[in-house]
Amino acid sequence: MDPLSLSLDVPLREFALRVELAVGREVVALVGPSGAGKSTLLRAIAGLQPASGTISVDGTAWLDSRRGVALPTEERSVGLVFQDYALFPHLTVRKNVEFGRKGDAGLLDRFGLAALADVKPPKLSGGERQRVALARALAPDPAVLLLDEPLSALDTHTRGEVRGELQQLLREADRPTLVVTHDFEDAATLATRVGVLVEGRLRQLGSPAELVASPADPFVASLTGANVLRGRARAANGLTELTLTTGELIRSTDAARGEAVAVVYPWEVTVSQSPPDDSAQNHIAGVVASLVPVGNRVRVRVGPVTAEITADSSKRLGLIVGERAVASFKATGTRLLPQP
Amino acid sequence: MKHAFTVSAVAAAAVAMAFLVLPVLALFLRVPPSDLIHALGTPAAQDALVVSIKTSAIAHAAVLLVGTPAAYAIGRGRFRGRSLLLSLIELPLVLPPVVAGIALLVTFGRLGLLGGTMNALGIHISFTQAAVVLAVAFVESPLYLRGAIASFEGVDGTLLDAARTLRAGPFRVFARVALPLAAGGLGAASALALARGLGEFGATLLFAGSLQGVTQTLPLAIYAQFEVDFNTALAIGTLFVCFGAAVLLALKLIPGWTRSVSLWTFRSASSPSA
Repeated sequence: MDPLSLSLDVPLREFALRVELAVGREVVALVGPSGAGKSTLLRAIAGLQPASGTISVDGTAWLDSRRGVALPTEERSVGLVFQDYALFPHLTVRKNVEFGRKGDAGLLDRFGLAALADVKPPKLSGGERQRVALARALAPDPAVLLLDEPLSALDTHTRGEVRGELQQLLREADRPTLVVTHDFEDAATLATRVGVLVEGRLRQLGSPAELVASPADPFVASLTGANVLRGRARAANGLTELTLTTGELIRSTDAARGEAVAVVYPWEVTVSQSPPDDSAQNHIAGVVASLVPVGNRVRVRVGPVTAEITADSSKRLGLIVGERAVASFKATGTRLLPQP
Repeated sequence: MKHAFTVSAVAAAAVAMAFLVLPVLALFLRVPPSDLIHALGTPAAQDALVVSIKTSAIAHAAVLLVGTPAAYAIGRGRFRGRSLLLSLIELPLVLPPVVAGIALLVTFGRLGLLGGTMNALGIHISFTQAAVVLAVAFVESPLYLRGAIASFEGVDGTLLDAARTLRAGPFRVFARVALPLAAGGLGAASALALARGLGEFGATLLFAGSLQGVTQTLPLAIYAQFEVDFNTALAIGTLFVCFGAAVLLALKLIPGWTRSVSLWTFRSASSPSA
């Protein structure tokens, strides 16, 4: 039996949130666009949002609407890290952490907060606040840990560092953990399994690698960072030819017919000045629309395709925004999905 | 003449200030300070001071004790008829105090709505010190409730939710989170209400009478001494000015404290995802 299993139905303004999920001693991330119902799901598990269905934790029913069971929040063994951390501004770091349980159980030391014990939250940095919020949520030793957009309140340059820290802390916490985020990279870093939540439904649930390798639909594909190219497919010479809405013709080893989308990951796209003479079947010529450095890489937009190449390659090729280039990728690296 | 407007606006301000400040100053300037201090020692003034402090303290304590949890329930609750309830609370504020006095009389008086019941229980309220307490509480509680409700409405609900996820039951959420975070606004509302209660005149006069040493509060003593011993009336007047100034000073200090709590810069501006 999984430590946390739930089957929930929460009516929202425009749609109903209907999710079935079982979480072991692992970190599961829920990704999706804002308004998909992610935060609502966490609030429902914590008992802060009325819901029908069942929630059972280690065999105890927190919610069983048919039997009329609905534990109030304060009786659910849950730790919730709120999106903006919701630290008590009138209490010191120590008092915040000890709010749910007397004594800090060494959490202040473990979270590197001992030196800040007597500081009040308004004086803390974003990363420190997040550690306080997590320490506070873990202090009563909850059976389930929930985190709502734990990284969204941070600015971009502290985010990467804090994400690494958080991954480590969540692993040490070692309990059923649900993390809500809108960022696939955050989800893939923090979680062993990722669920994609769109308009209240789980579209796909799997390891980050599974989601990247075989996205269930174009939305999941674009969420994982892939190029999603729409077009019309037909069989040709044992391959499938897709005429894109932008006019180009590309090939894939996948089978498809009629309206379809091609999914290509940026790291599988190469960029050159002129069509290369190599094994790649697909070449899309276009104007370089943008060059965005991301660490030691550069994301290059050529026509409808985004490629990710090393900064060195970008420099060597002398890529300039506004000039022409060719994006190439292999038919074997081009996934086809039916258009929904 | 672009200066003409500026000059006349400044002149208007000077007139307004003089009109407001001069009478207050006149209270202090009519007789030497030593006479004022001496007048405060007269039995009439001393008795009134004791009655006022005693009745105000009891009334204010009751208002805080009942009003604070009531304001929390109304301020954090979402229920039908909430705005109607808020209007009902504010109604006594716009009533002339004399009307409040009559209203109390026909409720708690011998022949009032609850008069028969209270008679049967052997409780007689009108024209006793208890009547003063009721009158003071009646006129000051709407002021306190209004301020306190607004203070609790201003508390971030996420913090109350956070407390609940940390196993805090309803009382602990109230005492450890809502109350401290609303404290600034509660203090301000409490000071305003106390000042309003101390100055209460019309309702007390009608419902409790003006019996020296029993129901004659400071404002009633001013009225009673007006023709008997003008200096005493004057001296009590200056006492009110000093008290009023102290309340204003406190209000200037307390909101500063409130603001420092409510303006934490760390709340992210991003809208929460649903």
